[in-house]
Amino acid sequence: MAEPMRAPQSDDPALTVDDAIVEVRDICKHYGDVEALRGINLDFARGKMTTLLGPSGCGKTTLLKIIAGLIPATSGEIRINGRVVTGPGPERAFVFQDFALMPWATVMRNVAFGLELKGVAQAERERIARHYIAEVGLTGFEQKYPHELSGGMRQRVGLARAFAVDADVLLLDEPFSAVDEQNRRKFQEDLLALVERERKTFLFVTHSIEEAVYVSDRIVLFSPRPGRVSRIIEPSIDRSVPPDVIRRNGEYLDTVEEIWQGLRQYAE
Amino acid sequence: MAVTPPKAGEIGGARNGSSGIAGALDSLASRSKAFWVVVSLGLFFAAWEIAGRVPISYAFPTFLETAAAFVEMLLDGSLIRSYLITLQPLVLGVAISAVLGVGLGIVMGLSNKAEWFLAPVFIVLQAAPMAALIPLVTFVYGIGLVAKTLAVILLALPVIVLNSYKAVRHVNPSLVDMCRSFQGTRMQQIVKIVVPDATPVLFAGLRLGVAAGFIGVILAELLITPTGIGDLITYYRSVAEYGHMYAAIASIIAVSTLTLAGLQHVELRYLRPEKRRK
Repeated sequence: MAEPMRAPQSDDPALTVDDAIVEVRDICKHYGDVEALRGINLDFARGKMTTLLGPSGCGKTTLLKIIAGLIPATSGEIRINGRVVTGPGPERAFVFQDFALMPWATVMRNVAFGLELKGVAQAERERIARHYIAEVGLTGFEQKYPHELSGGMRQRVGLARAFAVDADVLLLDEPFSAVDEQNRRKFQEDLLALVERERKTFLFVTHSIEEAVYVSDRIVLFSPRPGRVSRIIEPSIDRSVPPDVIRRNGEYLDTVEEIWQGLRQYAE
Repeated sequence: MAVTPPKAGEIGGARNGSSGIAGALDSLASRSKAFWVVVSLGLFFAAWEIAGRVPISYAFPTFLETAAAFVEMLLDGSLIRSYLITLQPLVLGVAISAVLGVGLGIVMGLSNKAEWFLAPVFIVLQAAPMAALIPLVTFVYGIGLVAKTLAVILLALPVIVLNSYKAVRHVNPSLVDMCRSFQGTRMQQIVKIVVPDATPVLFAGLRLGVAAGFIGVILAELLITPTGIGDLITYYRSVAEYGHMYAAIASIIAVSTLTLAGLQHVELRYLRPEKRRK
């Protein structure tokens, strides 16, 4: 059963990890009078998939965007590979909830867009883009436009674009929330395979408990108003077995239930 | 005179239908935009012909009379000579309005200060009844090309500026974030994201601006001095040759419509290719 909720301190062993690639230190964020985030201290381990999980309005997306450098923090700092960052940088790539694909550009140009902005020559960036289009399973769709693809396929384009710039850290903001349930499951399975193959650090925001437990090495639970870290869970689920076995695994089901017991107090 | 339907319509019409004339006609009717454009125009011209034959007014010619007058004016060269005169202030004014209007609109969309500085001027200009200001233009700039070009600009510019400005303000913020997250520069953000994403509304403004420019040039030619098409309309009205008068009016409407259709074609062909596949 869940232990009582408590606010972890910055010297809490659960918050610091060895070989942290992303360090969040005392991050606070205010929107006018509204306190969105209060004193967030978190480390994200290199090569791991960490999920930020919590109810709407708990500030998890805000924290992800602060880490991405897309919005400024009111106070505190973000360190990537030990260096303090204040804006977007090449070591991070973002995957957007609404895909953020350019509707006037083909899949090829969308995937290569990060490289286009960096001035990579067209032949070279298309070679790289073609590789990642294949990685996410979209070979044959290079010349399609986003509106010709399903929601799941559009997000695969968003993911391929993030992979193509070869960032160390991928920031995924509720990437599957606009994808229907069947495609979401398939996409989650493919994502696990990609995490295995690409050896990158993933920071993943979601409000789906099952999704969090299914894909993550580490789950950071947020509580709302103001957003703070309420708990950290490290599910020890064997992911070498097939997906359907994982979904029937006792540890998986217990973790889902444990998180739900912790979060139900915030449900309306 | 027949108006060619926009190119986009032909894509649907080119698809293969079921066998048999009725089947082909049926599939054409359900798929082709061109088919409905032709039907719509045909009904309009038929109604015009009937109204002219009733007649609803002595000064209202039938469609066939008007069409005959149009062919006559086309063959004797008077229509072409008139257009060469009318098109000068029109093309000049619309070109200046388009470049200046889109430019100013984008700057206003990107900068609050530019918006506060410029928006009130154009909102007032758009609200003002321009026909009343045209005599003022004459006092200052006389009756030549400058005055007529200015009349076109006065009508076309505000609508282009205000639409371009709104277009930039409504750019998808997520796309701008996306460009920032991949470290795009401010210039890349404007050229690769803001302008393409604003294109549909930008072009809607341009179409309204071009239509307003046509109003401006005809107003100028009727109010300042009768030249070009304005002269044809004025002259044939004074000699009570209403077929010719309406032919001149209809021709300017047709030219305006074709210009707008051409503009839409340019937008779809070069700037938003994905819209052709919808």
